[in-house]
Amino acid sequence: MGGGKTIGDVVLDLQGISLSFGGVRALQDVTFDVREHEVRAIIGPNGAGKSSMLNVINGVYHPQQGTVSYLGAKRHDVNTHEAAVQGIARTFQNIALFKGMSVLDNIMTGRNLRMKSGLLAQAFRLPSAEREELEHREAVEQVIDFLEIQAHRKTPVGRLPYGLQKRVDLARALAMEPKLLLLDEPMAGMNVEEKQDMCRFILDVNDQFGTTIVLIEHDMGVVMDISDRVIVLDYGKKIGDGTPDEIRGNQAVIDAYLGVSH
Amino acid sequence: MLYRENGQFKTSYRADQQMLPILQDRIFMGLLLVFVFVVAPFVFSNYFFLSILIPFLILALAALGLNLLVGYCGQISIGHAAFMSVGAYAAYNLVLRVPQLNFLVVLVLAGLIAALVGLLFGIPSLRIRGLYLAVATLAAQFFMDWVFARVKWFTNYAPSGSVSTATIDIFGFQINSPVRKYLFLAAVVTVFAILAKNLVRSHLGRAWMAMRDMDVAAEVIGIRPVYAKLTAFAVSSFYVGVAGALWGFVHLGSWEPLAFSITLSLNLLFMIIIGGMGSILGSFFGAFFIVALPILLNRAPDWLGIHLSTAMVSHLESMIFGALIIFFLIVEPQGLARLWSIGKEKLRLWPFPH
Repeated sequence: MGGGKTIGDVVLDLQGISLSFGGVRALQDVTFDVREHEVRAIIGPNGAGKSSMLNVINGVYHPQQGTVSYLGAKRHDVNTHEAAVQGIARTFQNIALFKGMSVLDNIMTGRNLRMKSGLLAQAFRLPSAEREELEHREAVEQVIDFLEIQAHRKTPVGRLPYGLQKRVDLARALAMEPKLLLLDEPMAGMNVEEKQDMCRFILDVNDQFGTTIVLIEHDMGVVMDISDRVIVLDYGKKIGDGTPDEIRGNQAVIDAYLGVSH
Repeated sequence: MLYRENGQFKTSYRADQQMLPILQDRIFMGLLLVFVFVVAPFVFSNYFFLSILIPFLILALAALGLNLLVGYCGQISIGHAAFMSVGAYAAYNLVLRVPQLNFLVVLVLAGLIAALVGLLFGIPSLRIRGLYLAVATLAAQFFMDWVFARVKWFTNYAPSGSVSTATIDIFGFQINSPVRKYLFLAAVVTVFAILAKNLVRSHLGRAWMAMRDMDVAAEVIGIRPVYAKLTAFAVSSFYVGVAGALWGFVHLGSWEPLAFSITLSLNLLFMIIIGGMGSILGSFFGAFFIVALPILLNRAPDWLGIHLSTAMVSHLESMIFGALIIFFLIVEPQGLARLWSIGKEKLRLWPFPH
């Protein structure tokens, strides 16, 4: 890839999404799209509905109103499994790694969807099952190389420091070879160096694999630097949508973040 | 010094993915197998085979099955003796009604029938978890106790409700002496342990562990909870069903429905808690602890030259046994298997502290 990247067609289109839990209206009539190969950031104050938005995209929540179109086709209440099959992967705000498993096994679970050998083939470790296991191990090793976590392969994830756990979380999502990658606060709680590393990884993923990325982040410096377009949510409503420069000058966004005097 | 993997470089993923990647582990396992199959049959007394090794091997197999469900997939069951009884009665009826079947085939079929029943009682796990699931699996226990006590067809209308079995014959090889029973069981258990190890290190095993550790994340990366949980219930019940058939045919010989009561279910749970959840080796440790320790405690006063009444001995046995369980759980809540792996980690560095 290298130099200037080309933003493609719309891959994900959300129209008039409304989601409420009882009386709490998490999202109200939110409309936005994501284009192929772009880094799309969602920002907003706490409780603005950012994580709910990601949960709608990958099928954890089903909006009461509105339509989601993915790759040109409308979806009706897809569940998380179908979303995963369609190539949507995500990382979690509070690390959701499999604590009892090694780094390698955690990342290998990202390949589970692609592994087809049956129960008996696995139990008897038939040559076909072993070959499949080795093929996927190789794919996983590429992700491990990419994210520079070779030294920690066999370590139980619970023993890793926080920043590395975040990286393993990303590795597990990448192992799915997703078309659309949802990152929920990938840099929360990191120091400057770790943030820089993570930014580089996100940009490299976007650049080398051509993965479309939707990202929630609170660090404005990071958001403005790495995203192509930004959407701003406040109290479940969309108050801004555009390039980082446009967002920087948007009065409604400034009011939401800095408060407004009455 | 002895247990060090320095210099053992893996040049292929195949070498890195093998069951025992460390040379010393392979040597140890090889020696253990030689001991189990070649040395042990000549060394131990009939008493030792009948009262310790045979029940130990069968219960280790059952604990291993339960561990696949509880330790690896994180679904609690306190009704697993029920699936043992299903396996035992299925084998009894198969031998009774289709006598020409080879006992090995009977074992597999009995396991499959238990797996089917386990699958059925696993369905609630799709909706409920934790203690609620535990209570739901208790239903399996009471239901199966009731079925085998009331539906006379299963016990071939025996007036007392107890059934008895003939000697097992596999390709003309009579399994009639303690040593032969022991060797047969050791072979079966070895095969099943290897199969279990293969399962938990392939993608199904990873799906189980992912469900156990973080079910939401598992779903998001495409693991289907229905498939993961139900396969865990089925495979687990298969193991336990085979163990049940062996318990009936090899260990008991004749039994009544009470042989598979809730006490046995709880004992299986104790085995995996003491031995180590999510560890195949732990199932063996736990089974040995539960089987051998009471016998040891029972005989200890005699060896020490203290003469106590039988009642006193059995009271003391229960008290010390209970105290030891509590002691072990406080010292190492993750079980004997964890102690074992800590020991191995220490041994890697020995004689240096770091």
